[in-house]
Amino acid sequence: MTTATPPRGIGPLARREMRLAYGMLLPTFIIVLAVVLGPLIANFWISFKPVQLADLRPASLLINERLRGNLVQPGDKAVLEYRIRNSSRDKKIESAGFRDILPAGLTVVGANSQCVQSGDRLECKLGDIDGGFRDRIRLDVSADQTYLSNPINPRQKKPDVFGKADNILTNSQFTLDNFKRVFSSSEFWTVLKVSIYYTIFGTVGALVLGLFAAQLLNTVFPFRNILRGIFLFPYVAPVIAVAFTWVVLLDPFSGTLNSILQQMGVVDEPINFFGQRSVPLNFFGLTIEFPVALTTVIAFEAWRYFPLSFLFILARMQSISSEMYEAAEIDGATPLQQFWYISLPQLFGILAVLFLLRFIWTFNKFDDIFLLTGGAAGTRTLTVDVYEQAFAVSNLGAGAAVAVVVFIVLLSFSIVFFKFSPEDDG
Amino acid sequence: MRLNNGFFAALICGAIWGFIWMVVISVLFMLISGEITRPPVGSATLAGMLAAGFYLWFCSDDRNWFRDAVPGILVFFVLTTLSGGKPLGLDFSVATSWQILALALFIGVTALSIHLCLSGMGNRHLNRYQLEHLLIRMLKGVGFTIFTVVVALPFYVMIMTSLKSQQSLLANPLDFSLDFSQGLGVLFRSYIELFTEFNFGTFLINSAIVSVATVILTLLFAVPGAYAVARLRFPGQAFLSRSILLIYMVPAIVLVIPLYAVFSQIGLRNTLTGLLFVYPATTIPVALYMLQGYFRGLPSELEEAGLMDGLTRLGVILKITLPLSLPALASVALYVFMIAWNEFLFAFMFLDSVEIFTLSRGVVSLNSSEVPRQHLMAGSVIATIPVLVIFLWFERFLVSGLTAGSVKG
Repeated sequence: MTTATPPRGIGPLARREMRLAYGMLLPTFIIVLAVVLGPLIANFWISFKPVQLADLRPASLLINERLRGNLVQPGDKAVLEYRIRNSSRDKKIESAGFRDILPAGLTVVGANSQCVQSGDRLECKLGDIDGGFRDRIRLDVSADQTYLSNPINPRQKKPDVFGKADNILTNSQFTLDNFKRVFSSSEFWTVLKVSIYYTIFGTVGALVLGLFAAQLLNTVFPFRNILRGIFLFPYVAPVIAVAFTWVVLLDPFSGTLNSILQQMGVVDEPINFFGQRSVPLNFFGLTIEFPVALTTVIAFEAWRYFPLSFLFILARMQSISSEMYEAAEIDGATPLQQFWYISLPQLFGILAVLFLLRFIWTFNKFDDIFLLTGGAAGTRTLTVDVYEQAFAVSNLGAGAAVAVVVFIVLLSFSIVFFKFSPEDDG
Repeated sequence: MRLNNGFFAALICGAIWGFIWMVVISVLFMLISGEITRPPVGSATLAGMLAAGFYLWFCSDDRNWFRDAVPGILVFFVLTTLSGGKPLGLDFSVATSWQILALALFIGVTALSIHLCLSGMGNRHLNRYQLEHLLIRMLKGVGFTIFTVVVALPFYVMIMTSLKSQQSLLANPLDFSLDFSQGLGVLFRSYIELFTEFNFGTFLINSAIVSVATVILTLLFAVPGAYAVARLRFPGQAFLSRSILLIYMVPAIVLVIPLYAVFSQIGLRNTLTGLLFVYPATTIPVALYMLQGYFRGLPSELEEAGLMDGLTRLGVILKITLPLSLPALASVALYVFMIAWNEFLFAFMFLDSVEIFTLSRGVVSLNSSEVPRQHLMAGSVIATIPVLVIFLWFERFLVSGLTAGSVKG
């Protein structure tokens, strides 16, 4: 008699299910691999390469072709001229050359050491050519009746070029210069500090405003849904629209806000919100430099993203049972006590998640500051620095190096967060 | 007259309302009428204070319509007297009808705010509970006012600037009064020029194509993936359902340099196709995460019944799962549409040729000193309106869909 044993391993049914699941996930894997994970690794690669923006176009052969001479009768001769140039001034092309197809009836006469004609195909080999190379190849051609009855300009058929140019992105030349450049620049630590200020205050600002707005809308009153829709506008509208609106609104010369402030007698001189690095403030004889532009971009960040936290906090608040508040009411708890001892502990989980997400997203944010100040006046964060290095200074390698710094800072934040985050904030 | 903390709290409350409403309404008055004034904020504060004191003193019991109206009348007389007959800081002959309207509004909302804050308080000593209640009412009222102003003002300025001319804005940045007498063609000049000379019609179509295509591609990829993660058992399922969102945390700026380099070399850079590789890749993870949360919530018995009755997996998904998850699909589609429509970084980096600009890219190209500001604002309005209209249309779906995944009963 045999005892029944539970099946071991994966049965055929389970295997089929597994295969189906992987099949369904495959397209997602592929596109995420190609557009997110691949570039992430490629970024590390580029950060170790001495690559400029201009290097993206590899050296190639540029050819201009023309036919000189009159072909009227069969047997007439003309000169087919190829002007050749290396597109790059300093990089060489190995075993370069081109292939061309001659119009029917045109034959190369006379010898040329570089070019060989077979049928209507012409192949010219130039060997290795240096950067800044220029040359012309002249071939004597003669025409017969076929060509004269149907004269096609040879230019109509563009020659195919070949040759091996060294591509800086794929060769094995590495350097640490990018990182040296980044870390030795005096600005780097300022940029890092600005990034962290921006991230912390932007995140906290958005959360506090969101919490406040959620408290406001957690009561039932007419037009509540309309008001909730309006409160979401800053988040829904395109970033370019709201960023430029803030720029127009806060303009020191034609901005509405400055006019209002001056009209109300709050300030005498218009404030250059996005252009002024700092203003000295005097507190009881203590002077501190108040960063104007940085505060303004943080205010924008809080304004634009409070709707998101507001939405999540409101949803969580509406799921807290009202019995708790009723019980507290009977026990004589004041409104602030109810908020502090009932609402806040209930909201702690969602607040922690929102803090984490917003912290990471704010740190990653590029568009907002780029559109508002372009990183001027002490608002340059790491992400704006990536753009500045890679595309404004045209040093792709240095930009990638800053991007690596961005990624590593982000990674360390995440590790710290996940280590110290409470268990159940899913 | 008994002096106690309730009375003083009421005075402070009235003063705050007098101050806030004077500031808000006089700014509104300036923006709409185009007249410049320095409003008598101090007088308004005092008027609100007196009205609140009066309200507490007389109106608490035995009320009728006349007594309800007394604080309002009091506000009017105090304000007019203290400001020397210029309740808005202006001579009454200037923009008279607007002034009357603004004044009536000020009196009305101040009296109403005082009533809403103080009703039922009574002129007596307040304990901590009652005091906090008053504080909460105050905070809510002030919060509503400030939030609404702060959210709405930029959008108001955006629309109004697009309808003004550069010169009049420089002359008086507060004047948003509209001059309809010049005709609609002049009023909407910026918009007409954007569509006729700046190709905004093309940009609009490009944006629509890219956004809709991104939505379709995202759903095509994310629906099967989400279904697999939610319903099928395979090694790594738990890991995937938790970590897929991590993809969404990768900063776009880190991806932009390698993508720029590679897309330049393979000729995808200056094309809309290139964007259609990047956008879905960034939206699929979040769409997959949202959808799998919803699929999990559906009763699996329905699908099992379908399988028993001889449907294939594909049949089950198409005939049972998808029809049941239409609300989730709508919210995901809307969210993805918003992301794609509003996306700036990749459009800015990749697109060079004017004929394939999306709206984001097109509006940025207006940000130069040669293009007047009202064109920039008109472009912003054009970029904003479609996404806002669609959002308002489907708001209910979006709100429930966005928050469903994270909120636990």
